[in-house]
Amino acid sequence: MNYWWIIGGVLFVLLNTAAGLIWLERRMLALWQDRYGPNRAGPFGLFIVLADTLKLFFKEDWIPPFADKVVFVFAPAIVVASVLMSFTVIPFGPNIMVADLNIGLLFFLAMSSLGVYSIVLGGWASNNKYALLGAMRGASQMISYEVFMGMALMGVVILSGSFNLREIVEAQRKIWFIVPQFLGFVIFLIAGIAETHRLPFDIPEAESELVAGFHSEYSGMKFGMFFIGEYLGVTLISAMLVTLYCGGWLGPDFLPGVVWFVLKTFVFISLFILLRASMPRPRYDQLMEYGWKVLFPLSLLNLMATAAIVLSLK
Amino acid sequence: MFSLIRSMWLVFLHAFHKRDTYQYPEEKAPLPARWRGRIVLTRDPDGGERCVGCYLCAAACPVDCISLQAAEAPDGRRYPGFFRINFSRCIFCGFCEEACPTYAIQLIPDFEMAEYDRQNLVYEKDALLINSQGKYPGYNYYKVAGMSISGKEKGEAAREEPPVNVKSLLP
Repeated sequence: MNYWWIIGGVLFVLLNTAAGLIWLERRMLALWQDRYGPNRAGPFGLFIVLADTLKLFFKEDWIPPFADKVVFVFAPAIVVASVLMSFTVIPFGPNIMVADLNIGLLFFLAMSSLGVYSIVLGGWASNNKYALLGAMRGASQMISYEVFMGMALMGVVILSGSFNLREIVEAQRKIWFIVPQFLGFVIFLIAGIAETHRLPFDIPEAESELVAGFHSEYSGMKFGMFFIGEYLGVTLISAMLVTLYCGGWLGPDFLPGVVWFVLKTFVFISLFILLRASMPRPRYDQLMEYGWKVLFPLSLLNLMATAAIVLSLK
Repeated sequence: MFSLIRSMWLVFLHAFHKRDTYQYPEEKAPLPARWRGRIVLTRDPDGGERCVGCYLCAAACPVDCISLQAAEAPDGRRYPGFFRINFSRCIFCGFCEEACPTYAIQLIPDFEMAEYDRQNLVYEKDALLINSQGKYPGYNYYKVAGMSISGKEKGEAAREEPPVNVKSLLP
């Protein structure tokens, strides 16, 4: 019984967070661009979320006649499903997690890899050159950044000696892993941005070059699914950064663990939005070069150094 | 790498800057005095119409949104019988104001003219004519021009000499 409450609660909070991020992102971007953003509907413009959602539902749900219909409909569901699956292993509080998997970290990596399918299939089924170009970029970007994303996480695994996210958090009681694993933290952050294809790494979408990239042909709630998937992805990467490097639910005792987790997660979400407000988009080849020639060797170096230090201290 | 972090920091600092937005319907933006907005017809200091119906504004208008017809009062003054501006066509270029020889037609700092019905954007003379001298207070065309109208013969205007009787110059 308790179990279902947690699942329901996590789903409810996550989907509302993803919708609320529409408002948060627009307000934060506006704040950093000396504007106001949506401030008319409701208190602080919060009802813009409602208006946006209603608008998405009432838009014509159009499937282009030249598209591969089954795959076209299926693709947007994959991104939301895979991201939501990743959330099952995240410990939101001392006892609040859906599945206490002992391979939680691997499960997260596997699920975030599955997300690439939605981009590739969506782009392919659209039967549109821009969508296909975006999908191709998305696939190569996500696959190559996943390599050292996993590599960077191995430093955390070495330090905590476990793939279980709850035990990783418990291992940070003395010191958050952001201190001994700072390089790994930076690499995971960059890879995470690329993984959620957020700005500045929004190359699969790249409005200025590819119309809207892989979701050019999508409209209505099917586009909304990609949209929600992206915001869920931002939340997921922020939650993972908190869990793996910033002590998860750990914090001073005057607030419960969940509150600390949510607060820390929002700090990282704000960082994602700040990145969007301040960074230009790199060229596609620059992105790949940066990934393979800089971050990949760095993550290997980080892994080997961590392993050597842990081994020599034993 | 350092420049990226620096630009992120600089963007973050904008959180503490003043916002540039005007909350428009509640808070109006200050408009310059020479803002080219709604077109009006002004009056001279005596309260008479300045427009003499010369058609120069209609001729200057690049989108042909001004139409008028001149008429003549019993005292010899010309005035527009009707004066019509179609503001759904007007591009607020101000050419009519430049063309006007009597400072009658003027553009004023007002742009809030939205209507639900397009037809309501066609302004007739009674909507255009205002009880003001606009940007040129004290200017009265008939007081400075060499026109003879009832109550003022040729040469009686300010800065004007009466016409020379050419026959009196004969030897």
